[in-house]
Amino acid sequence: MKILVCVTSVPDTTAKISFTDGDTKFNKAGVTFITGPYDDYALSRAVELKEAHGGTVTVLNVGEADSEQVIRKCLAIGADDAIRVNCEPKDSYFTATQIATIAAQEKYDLILMGRESIDFNSGVVHGLVGEMLGIPSLSPVMKLEIDGTTAKMTREIEGGKEDIEASLPLVLGCQEPIAEWKIPNMRGIMTARTKPLKVVEPVGEDMTITEKYALPAPKGACKMIAAENAEELIALLKNEAKVL
Amino acid sequence: MSVIIFTEIDNGALKKSSLEAVYYGAEVAKMKGTTATVLAIGTAAQDELSKAGNFGATKVLHANDARLATGNIQAYADVLASAVAQEGAEIVVLAKSSLGDAVAARAAGKLKASIVSNVTDLPNLSSGFKVTRSIYTGKAFATVELKGEKKIIAIKKNAVSVVESGNTANVEPFTPNLNDADFAVKVTGTHKASSSISLPEADLVVSAGRGLKGPENWAIVEDLANALGAATACSKPVSDLDWRPHHEHVGQTGIKVSPNLYIAAGISGAIQHLAGVNSSKVIVVINKDPEAPFFKAADYGIVGDVFDVLPRLTKAVKAL
Repeated sequence: MKILVCVTSVPDTTAKISFTDGDTKFNKAGVTFITGPYDDYALSRAVELKEAHGGTVTVLNVGEADSEQVIRKCLAIGADDAIRVNCEPKDSYFTATQIATIAAQEKYDLILMGRESIDFNSGVVHGLVGEMLGIPSLSPVMKLEIDGTTAKMTREIEGGKEDIEASLPLVLGCQEPIAEWKIPNMRGIMTARTKPLKVVEPVGEDMTITEKYALPAPKGACKMIAAENAEELIALLKNEAKVL
Repeated sequence: MSVIIFTEIDNGALKKSSLEAVYYGAEVAKMKGTTATVLAIGTAAQDELSKAGNFGATKVLHANDARLATGNIQAYADVLASAVAQEGAEIVVLAKSSLGDAVAARAAGKLKASIVSNVTDLPNLSSGFKVTRSIYTGKAFATVELKGEKKIIAIKKNAVSVVESGNTANVEPFTPNLNDADFAVKVTGTHKASSSISLPEADLVVSAGRGLKGPENWAIVEDLANALGAATACSKPVSDLDWRPHHEHVGQTGIKVSPNLYIAAGISGAIQHLAGVNSSKVIVVINKDPEAPFFKAADYGIVGDVFDVLPRLTKAVKAL
């Protein structure tokens, strides 16, 4: 089975978000970049499927040179090789175009990625890729079993989940608990250094322009209510905050 | 030329989040000097669908093919693209949801559309077509211009304050062209918590964490939620421990909510949890630890024992 796993290089979930250049650029200073947490689930499931059924796992990142440390970590976790499309992932459509272009050449059985990136949170790249390739796309997938050329999946829906069956090839946006996150071991880290990483140039155009960034207005002070007067809270929510 | 609003039907009626999208779409239509057309897929009575008029729509296209009973992503995307073609629409609006995102993505592929998700405000049309969207899981905003001739906007809850007009919309049957290939994906089973209020749609949410000490203690959380008419939610550790189902997990890797009121009991407020709730209008934190980081993100706080405070709040709500 040939599996493609698309990963993002994103600020750590605890990173302080700020902007530079008149609020037109993300401020990378002091920020640690990690593999997108949802992408980590996708990669872990891909490596498990390879261990169970054989095949290969290729990691794909649409990103600039500084995302290579994230790619090397994915290789250390168990991917066989990697491709980096050398550009800023400008928007969903542009990013999906890069993935679909590569996938159209290589014919993967499964294209896995996180349900969304944690920087732009759109959650639409898997659907766009599926449409561009003319194959089904599903998200968020929380369980994935492969039986021959059939995939049995569980997808989360509002207030519950649904069981789904479909034939490969498929594009899936993944989330927990599809797999346990894997941590690279020393041998993995050593072999990752020599695994192939191909860099290709982007194609196509973006469909949106991000003009400016802004931070939310700071939160006012928290109004404390003594525990012995807890009932007062309900009156405040009704009369002051007007949310009841 | 009209603006199309992709809506979702739940239990024979348009979902609340979809009605907010209808209002948003109708406001955009007004700005563009055109009308708002709703696309509704699935089983619903005509009077239910005509209520879209109350939220600004003039027309409802109702696609009610038996094969469209379950939320089939590819088929729905085809229906949406046919509706866009029939109406000559340039703008599609929908409420962000797991089905909506998936359908919008595929429709954007078909239409070569600019797609922007998590939109938090009405567009600015003074130069180009620009919207504000939430990014970094609610930690920042971006102003984005949609360059494409076709535009798809997925709105976040509370993107617009709805004003009901009392009008009704005309409901017309809509027969899209469907391909057999659209039905290659089979839904073999659906598991849905029947009576509970949908968490992503809820205006009020009562959430609890490890401070509740065990799943057997959730009755006090549910009692308060029931008294308020609120949805229940939980922190990641609680869902990881299987005390509560995963679809109640709120946070960075769970559901992102933006209710009017979020009450957090026995949750310390790790930054990953805050990422899922930071767009709530009012946050109440109840924790016995006065140093819990969640108090810094709260509007109201009570330092106290949740086993004492929650039942007293329930009583006070019932007395309202």
